[in-house]
Amino acid sequence: MGMTMIITITTTGNAMPDDFILRAVLAGVGVALVAGPLGCFVVWRRMAYFGDSLAHSALLGIALGLLYGINVNLGIIIVCSVFAFLLVWLQQRKVLATDTLLGILAHAALSIGMVAISFLETARFDLHSYLFGDILTVQTSDLYWIYGGGVVVIGLLLANWSSLTLMTVHEDLARAEGVNTVWSNILLMLLMTIVVAVSIRIVGILLITSMLIIPAATARGLVTSPENMAIASAVLGLLAVLLGISGSVEFDTPSGPSIVTAAAIIFAVFSFISVLLRRRRSSAS
Amino acid sequence: MNAVTVRGGTRMGALISAKNLMVVRDGKSILNDVSLDIEDHDFVTIIGPNGAGKSMLLKCVMGFYKPEGGTVFRRSGIKIGYVPQRLVADHTIPIRVRRFLSLRKKVTKDAIVNAARETAIEEILDQPLHVLSGGELQRVLLARALLDDPDLLVLDEPAQNLDVSGQLGFYKLLDHIYAERNVSILMVSHDLHLVMSSTKRVVCLYHHICCSGAPHMVTRDPEFISLFGDDMARLMAVYNHSHDHAHGHDHDHHHHDDGERHAG
Repeated sequence: MGMTMIITITTTGNAMPDDFILRAVLAGVGVALVAGPLGCFVVWRRMAYFGDSLAHSALLGIALGLLYGINVNLGIIIVCSVFAFLLVWLQQRKVLATDTLLGILAHAALSIGMVAISFLETARFDLHSYLFGDILTVQTSDLYWIYGGGVVVIGLLLANWSSLTLMTVHEDLARAEGVNTVWSNILLMLLMTIVVAVSIRIVGILLITSMLIIPAATARGLVTSPENMAIASAVLGLLAVLLGISGSVEFDTPSGPSIVTAAAIIFAVFSFISVLLRRRRSSAS
Repeated sequence: MNAVTVRGGTRMGALISAKNLMVVRDGKSILNDVSLDIEDHDFVTIIGPNGAGKSMLLKCVMGFYKPEGGTVFRRSGIKIGYVPQRLVADHTIPIRVRRFLSLRKKVTKDAIVNAARETAIEEILDQPLHVLSGGELQRVLLARALLDDPDLLVLDEPAQNLDVSGQLGFYKLLDHIYAERNVSILMVSHDLHLVMSSTKRVVCLYHHICCSGAPHMVTRDPEFISLFGDDMARLMAVYNHSHDHAHGHDHDHHHHDDGERHAG
């Protein structure tokens, strides 16, 4: 499957280089700008495993979208939202631990998705591109989804920023001060659903969570306020996307892994620098 | 079952008046016919064993839990400041004290500076939350609760996780705030001996109100003794004794009638 990837990239790349690179860059930039700030909450509220599970369940959304001929992004949003509500409902029942529930739901959705895909008539379903992202598949309509979804996500994040941050620092205190914490938790899940849906083209199901957490984790060491962490993580995500896409074009590598590799290298470099700085500071004092 | 009404009452009597609260969870009665009035510049301390429904009573009073039965009257326009048991500052969230104080609050710089002065956290305003000690964090939470200039401070075991000197410091600060401000205090605390001097009324809760009244009255109550044991009662009596000497008067006439209340 890796071979077919490389071949497609080369052929289409030669066909219309400017357009597809431009679309890929625009799509990547949009994803990075949205995933960065939301990723801070994923890091703060330890939702990484939730994000991963959500992404797994997206495959079922893709399958349903293709089977019933509805928009794939819409299919993902619907399935992931159902997934999120099912999880919240099961959590309330407190019969099983959250990670167990996530494991059951995610793998069930992934498997049902794979089974559904095997019924698809079109043999041309490129699973690989959904798992690891493929910038070649980015259509102009995907850009509308990314930027439309992005505006919704950033708008809702900004509108609820203080409440969400207070809830993250102290849930009881937020509740006592009038924050509807149940609704806020659902909001965060729905925002993640949107980000997962619109990022699949770029980074793929298996790597979406890393776009949420690696830039945010890198930003943590550089900032002293939650707002700056959101901004820094958007900027770092942007850097990773640009490096990753140029790498992907340059070396004919799949886009998702290239972007995440870039993000991981940036993380490593900044971690190394901050360790050095800390050592220097402690030896100076 | 009684209808539940939570409304801003017009009666100027009590700041908060909770009547016959009933809370049932999973078939278990958490609060059973609990009534509690909080007056202006009142200082009510709730004591009781773990799982006695103390935190639930606070939630009902603050209006973020709807009891299955009973009524809560709150004076219209009442401002309540809440101080939780503890703040576990997470290293992954970069936030300084100053920003934490302004989250979700429309406050001026002056208001923050004033609250910081009152709670002696001026020095740490620009520190990240996660480097602060337990005592500093509790003072930060207290400062946040004071920002809106509340009519009532609700504290849920605010010194539970502090060491002895931290507890002394915190209660001393609370005493000071109570003395300086026109604020009522409703607090769950096990450290009755430390809050004895300012507490006007002790409410002993075990799903129902076992006894309530002025501190020295409560500690002689047979219900108190049966709940906390003879030793605790005797210990309290010692504190009471010194307290009586220090102040030489009983604060309270109004609450004595409460002293005889036995629910159930």
